[in-house]
Amino acid sequence: MGYTAELLELIKRVEKTRPERVARKKAGQEFTALTLEQRADRLKKYHPDYREGGLRELKIGPSKGYALAREIADLFEARSRVDPDKIDLNEVHYETDVLVIGGGGAGTAAALMAQEQGARVIIATKLRHGDANTMMAEGGIQAATKGWKDSPYYHYLDVMGGGHFENDPELVRTMVLEAPKVIAWLERLGCMLNKWPDGKLFTLHGAGTCRKRMHYAGDLTGAEIMRTLRDEARNRIKDIGVLEFSPAVELLLDDKGRCSGAVLYNLETEEYFLVKAKAVVMATGGCGRLHIQNFMTTNHYGATGDGLVMGYRLGVGVRFLHATQYHPTGAVFPEQAEGLLITEKVRGAGANLVNIDGEQFVFEREPRDIESASIIRECTTVGKGIPVPGQPGKFGVWLDSPMIDLLEGEGTVEREFPAKFILFKRYEIDISKMPMLVYPTLHYQNGGLAYKPDGSTAVPGFFVAGEVGGGVHGANRLMGNSLLDITVFGRLAGETAGRYVKDRADVGALSVEHVRKYHKELEEAGIETDRVSPMILPDYANPLVRKRQWTTTYVGTIR
Amino acid sequence: MATAEPLQSAAEQAPALDLTERTDLVPIFIMGKKYDVPSTLTIQKALEYAGYQLIRGCGCRGGICGACATVYRMPGSPKIHVGLACQTLVQPNMYLTMVPFFPANRAVYNIEEMKPDTHALLKVYPELTKCMGCNTCTKSCPMELDVMEYISAALRGDLERTAELSMSCVMCGICASRCPAELGQYHIAILCRRLTARHLRPKAAHVAEMVERVESGRYEEPLRQLMTADLDTLRKLYVEREMEPHTADEMWQPQETRFL
Ligand SMILES: Cc1cc2nc3c(=O)[nH]c(=O)nc-3n(C[C@H](O)[C@H](O)[C@H](O)COP(=O)(O)OP(=O)(O)OC[C@H]3O[C@@H](n4cnc5c(N)ncnc54)[C@H](O)[C@@H]3O)c2cc1C
Ligand code: SF4
Ligand code: SF4
Ligand code: FES
Repeated sequence: MGYTAELLELIKRVEKTRPERVARKKAGQEFTALTLEQRADRLKKYHPDYREGGLRELKIGPSKGYALAREIADLFEARSRVDPDKIDLNEVHYETDVLVIGGGGAGTAAALMAQEQGARVIIATKLRHGDANTMMAEGGIQAATKGWKDSPYYHYLDVMGGGHFENDPELVRTMVLEAPKVIAWLERLGCMLNKWPDGKLFTLHGAGTCRKRMHYAGDLTGAEIMRTLRDEARNRIKDIGVLEFSPAVELLLDDKGRCSGAVLYNLETEEYFLVKAKAVVMATGGCGRLHIQNFMTTNHYGATGDGLVMGYRLGVGVRFLHATQYHPTGAVFPEQAEGLLITEKVRGAGANLVNIDGEQFVFEREPRDIESASIIRECTTVGKGIPVPGQPGKFGVWLDSPMIDLLEGEGTVEREFPAKFILFKRYEIDISKMPMLVYPTLHYQNGGLAYKPDGSTAVPGFFVAGEVGGGVHGANRLMGNSLLDITVFGRLAGETAGRYVKDRADVGALSVEHVRKYHKELEEAGIETDRVSPMILPDYANPLVRKRQWTTTYVGTIR
Repeated sequence: MATAEPLQSAAEQAPALDLTERTDLVPIFIMGKKYDVPSTLTIQKALEYAGYQLIRGCGCRGGICGACATVYRMPGSPKIHVGLACQTLVQPNMYLTMVPFFPANRAVYNIEEMKPDTHALLKVYPELTKCMGCNTCTKSCPMELDVMEYISAALRGDLERTAELSMSCVMCGICASRCPAELGQYHIAILCRRLTARHLRPKAAHVAEMVERVESGRYEEPLRQLMTADLDTLRKLYVEREMEPHTADEMWQPQETRFL
C-alpha cells in the first residue's frame, strides 16, 4: 500500500520547499512565534474548546450552570440506562468491602492499597483488566527523585505553570510529595523502568519541565506499569476479585446516604446485577471515545466517560471539564493508524508542519493548544489542508519528519522513533524519507469529578481516582503527570477507602433514590430526551447493518 | 492446524451484504463466512463494518493491549498467519478468526520472597522444562519477539535476558495457543521481568533518599510558601525558574540550591 498516487504527487511540493526550510533551520531562523495576543486570538477563533456551540451550560445537577463540552453535557442530561423501578434491591449478587470501578492504572493501584488495609476488594471493569488508557501511555512518568538538582518544589511550580495556575494547590502539593514514593513503590513491585548500571533511573525533559524528571520504560511506560500492577493484583487473588466485561452503570446508596455499591451490566449475557460494598472507588478514566466535536482520539475503546455520569448523578460536582486536551499531531493516514499519537518529540527534533503547498504556517514548538488551533485554521479558513484519501471532507497537514535526518544525520528518525518508524514501515511508508499526514486528535480529559487529596468526595463512601477526577492539572495537563496522578491518587484513594470500611459497621437498606431524583430534575428542567447514559461503548457498527437488524433493541449505543 | 473450511464451500455461502456505497470492497471470510469489506480497513474495523459490535477482542485499538489476537490463512496455502486485528490490514479472501482469550496457566507467587533463579521459576512453572524447542512460538508472535529464545534464557537462569527480550510482549496469548508443550510464555516472561527489576538490578539509591527527604518534612515550608504566594509572585517564580539544559549531563547542578 503506502501513499496514494495523489499524495505522492503532493509530497513533491513538500520536497521542493524542504531544502530551503532546512537551511533556515540550520541558520537558526525559526518561523515567527505568535505573540501572546495573537495566541489568545488564535485559540478563540480556532481551538475546539472555543467553538460556537462547543460548550453548553448544564441545566441540572451539582454543577448546574457550568459550561462544558456538549457531548459530555448530553451524557449528563440523559436518563439512566436502567429504570430505577426495575432494580430489585433485595437481590444482591456480590458483597465486598471495597468496590473499585475501572481496572486501569488508578483502579488497580487503589485495589492493591485497599487490600493492604485488610479490605476485601472487587474490581469491576468494562473490558479486560488492563484494557485502559494506562496501557497506552508511552512517554513517561514525572517525579522529582534526583535531590542534587530537583525537588517537589520545582515539580510544583512546573505543574502549576502548565495548568495556567488554576490547579487545586492541595492536590498538586500531594501529587508532587507522593511522586518519589510512587517511583519507589513501582521499583519494589518489579516494574522495569530504564536504569543505568548503578541503579540510577533514566530521566528526560518533557514539555514544561525545568528539570529532567520524566522516568520511563522504553516507549511503553504505561504498559509496563499497567502489566506490573495487574500482575500483582493477580497474586492477591484471594482478596482481590476481578469482574471483567462488567461495567458499572449506576451507583447505589444506603438509607443513610452513603455510597454502598453499584449496578453492573454483564456485556456478554446482558444481565444486570448488584454489588454491595462499604466503599466505592471510581476509576473509570477518560472520555476520548465520545469523539468530542467529531475528533478522532488516541484513547482506548472503553473511554466513554461513564464514571463522570455516575458520580454526577450521585451528587458530586465536576471541574475543569470545559478544557479538553487535543494532541496536535495524530495520524490521519493510513486509515488504520488513524488517531494514533505522533509524539511531540518529532517536532522538538526539528520537523516543520507544512500545508498542501509545502509552506510552513506555524512555529512547530508552540504549546499544544496553539499548535492544534493553527492546524485547524490551515485546514479550514485558509483552505490549504491536504485531503485525506478515501475520506471526503477530511483534511490533514504534513509533519515533515525527513527534515530530522537532514538536520541531525541519516538514521536519526529510525533511531529516535523506532516504534513509529516500524509502524509506518508496516504500511510501506518510510517516515525518514516521507512526511506524515496529521491532524489534532482528542487526547485527554483535563478535568473531572471533584475530590480531595485523600480521594474522598462530597458523598461519604465514594472515592475518586485518576483521569475521571479533576483539579490537579487545572485546565491543561503536562506530559508525564497523568501516569503520576493515577498512581498517586489511586494509592491514596485505595488506602482511604480501606481505612473507611474498617470504621463503617454496616450497610443500611440499599437505594437508588438519587437516580429517581435525578430523573425528576431532568423533567423539571424541561429536558425531554430518550438519551441514556453512561454510554459504555462507542457505536462503530455499520449503520446499514443496524438498519437491517429488524428485531434488535438498542438502549443507547448497545443492546 | 488448518482453517475450518475449504475455499469453495465458503464462497458459496449466503450472498454478501449489500454495502454498495463503498466501491473498493474485497471479500474476507470471518470464521468461514463471507463478508465484503473496504480494502483499506484493518481486520478490527472490517469486523465492525461487517456489522459486529465488538465486545471481546478490542481494547486499545492501537497495537499494545493484546486483546485482538487473530489467526488467518490465505487460500491455496496451509500456512497459519497471525496478527493483531487492530494493526493488520484485510487481504482479499483471507480466512480469519479472533482468539481473544486463551486459557494459560498463571502461577501465584510472592515477588518479595521469590528468588530470581531457575530453581524458583521451575517451582512455579514446572512446565518450562517441557519446551521442545520447536520455535512455533517465535514464528507466531505478532510482535516478532524471539519467544523461544526468551523461554530458553529463562530455563538457563538468564532472567535478565528473558526480561529484555520480552519487553514489548503485549500478552496476546498467540504463542501459548500454539505451543505443543502447553507453556504460558507471556506469564513466565512477566515474572522474569518483575524478578529482574525487583531483585537483579541495583536499587535506585536517589529514589530512597528523596523519599526520606520528603518524609523528614523538608519541603513542607517551601511548598507552603508557594501555595500561599499571590498569583504574580507565583508567575514570577515560574518564569524565572532555572532550566536544566537539554544537553546537561546527569549530575548537572543548579545555582539555586535552597529548595532542593
Ligand atoms: C495514547 C496515550 C498516550 C499517553 N501518554 C502518556 C504519557 O506518556 N504520560 C502520562 O503521564 N500520561 C499519558 N497518557 C495519559 C494516561 O495514560 C491516562 O490519563 C491514564 O493512564 C488514565 O488512567 P486511569 O486509571 O485513570 O484510566 P484508564 O487507564 O483509562 O482506566 C480506566 C478503566 O476503567 C474502565 N471503565 C470505564 N468505564 C467503566 C465502567 N462503566 N465500569 C467499569 N469499568 C469502566 C476502562 O475500561 C478502563 O479499564 C496517555 C494517554 C494515551 C491515550
Ligand atoms: S512453542 Fe512451546 S515448545 Fe515450541 S519452542 Fe515455543 S515454548 Fe518451546
Ligand atoms: S510473546 Fe506471546 S503473548 Fe507476547 S506478544 Fe508474542 S505471541 Fe503475544
Ligand atoms: S486492540 Fe489492543 S492490541 Fe489490538
